[in-house]
Amino acid sequence: MPKKKTPFSKDTKLSELMTDDRRLLQLLPRFGIGLGFGDRSVEQVCEMNHVSTSLFLMICEIYSDSSFKPGQSELRHIDMGNLLSYLKASHQYYLDERFPHIEEHLQHIIEACGQKFGPMLSHFYDEYKREVMRHIQYYEEEVVFPYIEALLKGQRTDSYKIDEFEHNHTNIQDVLDDMMNILLKYLPGDILPKERIEISLDIMELSDDLNRHSLIEERILIPYVELLENAQP
Amino acid sequence: MRNRVIICEASEIVAIGLAEIIDSMAQFDVVLRLDSPEHLSEKILSTDANLLIIDPALLGFQYKDFISHLNKEHPRLAVVALVTTCLDHSCLLPYSGVIEINDNRAKIIAKMNEFAQNDSPKKNEDVELSKREIDVLVAVAKGMMNKEIADQMNISIHTVISHRKNITRKTGIKSVSGLTVYALLNNLIKEEELISC
Repeated sequence: MPKKKTPFSKDTKLSELMTDDRRLLQLLPRFGIGLGFGDRSVEQVCEMNHVSTSLFLMICEIYSDSSFKPGQSELRHIDMGNLLSYLKASHQYYLDERFPHIEEHLQHIIEACGQKFGPMLSHFYDEYKREVMRHIQYYEEEVVFPYIEALLKGQRTDSYKIDEFEHNHTNIQDVLDDMMNILLKYLPGDILPKERIEISLDIMELSDDLNRHSLIEERILIPYVELLENAQP
Repeated sequence: MRNRVIICEASEIVAIGLAEIIDSMAQFDVVLRLDSPEHLSEKILSTDANLLIIDPALLGFQYKDFISHLNKEHPRLAVVALVTTCLDHSCLLPYSGVIEINDNRAKIIAKMNEFAQNDSPKKNEDVELSKREIDVLVAVAKGMMNKEIADQMNISIHTVISHRKNITRKTGIKSVSGLTVYALLNNLIKEEELISC
């Protein structure tokens, strides 16, 4: 019999929510929620950390159930400042922790490949990383987020509209999946097999995380910004 | 998937009897009955058949090597001999199997099941890239656009796209840069041939 799912409610104990779906643990640092929360409820912990309880629960739901879509009325009450700092913290986590971790392992594999396949693998990764940096750092953080921050302050501009948003995470995920296929299926079997399995597991986890990240942008960020754009000034 | 069967046999009594037995099996459909091998290759294409049951007695001297040609032209097709007369066993070599005129229903059903399982060329085709797909893959790895590939290979853009879909389905690789690495790893292309970017 399937285990009964803990309800996503403000009165649920945070610890119960976390043990129910271990992927939710990685959300805590992105919201600035520290460990040691004891037996407090979701609402209590969120209030202590100045995090919007409804936004926290909404993001937890998207992580647990990829078909979840918040309704219009829920969207209207979103704390956008909170959401933006959550998204920025996620970007920071990918760029400062996940990618360097994968890179370190990959470097060992590239060295072990020698002259024959090493340079090409290294080129493949560099090109990929350039694309990731372009999308996250130069596009989202320098174009999209400042635009939204200006909108929130009531400043309107015609230079950008949210319907131009690049749905580039799909591409970022595709290349990650390709990298995993190359590591598992196509590189000669005798080159560092243990390390290749380990890095593939990390890649799968990151790919899954990026998938949820783009769902949050598509189902919360973009619809909310559309509401802002359409609102009477 | 259901197997699509063509029966090619001059005797109507034999052909209808065999068709009745085969149609009683869930995973087989008899899509066509013929009394001569004329235009057989086109008919295989138009009916998308994957199993041909044919009486070797229909193939006279002018049809020498006919079966091996069919096998080459239609890699997914299994050809089974329906032996109704006494004949030299060496002429049964190109066939994937044999049904004999005095086989009873149970034996025919057992043999048909075996033919369906021994469908190895089809499975292979699902994993390995075809010659055409390899050509497209190499062109993609070299950085060519769909339009350029279509012009160079004299095929439509639509065909290029369908080849690319099959390449991705078979290799699991979606991005152009991933396909380039795949082509290099499998020695389909040399590093010097790539436009440096």
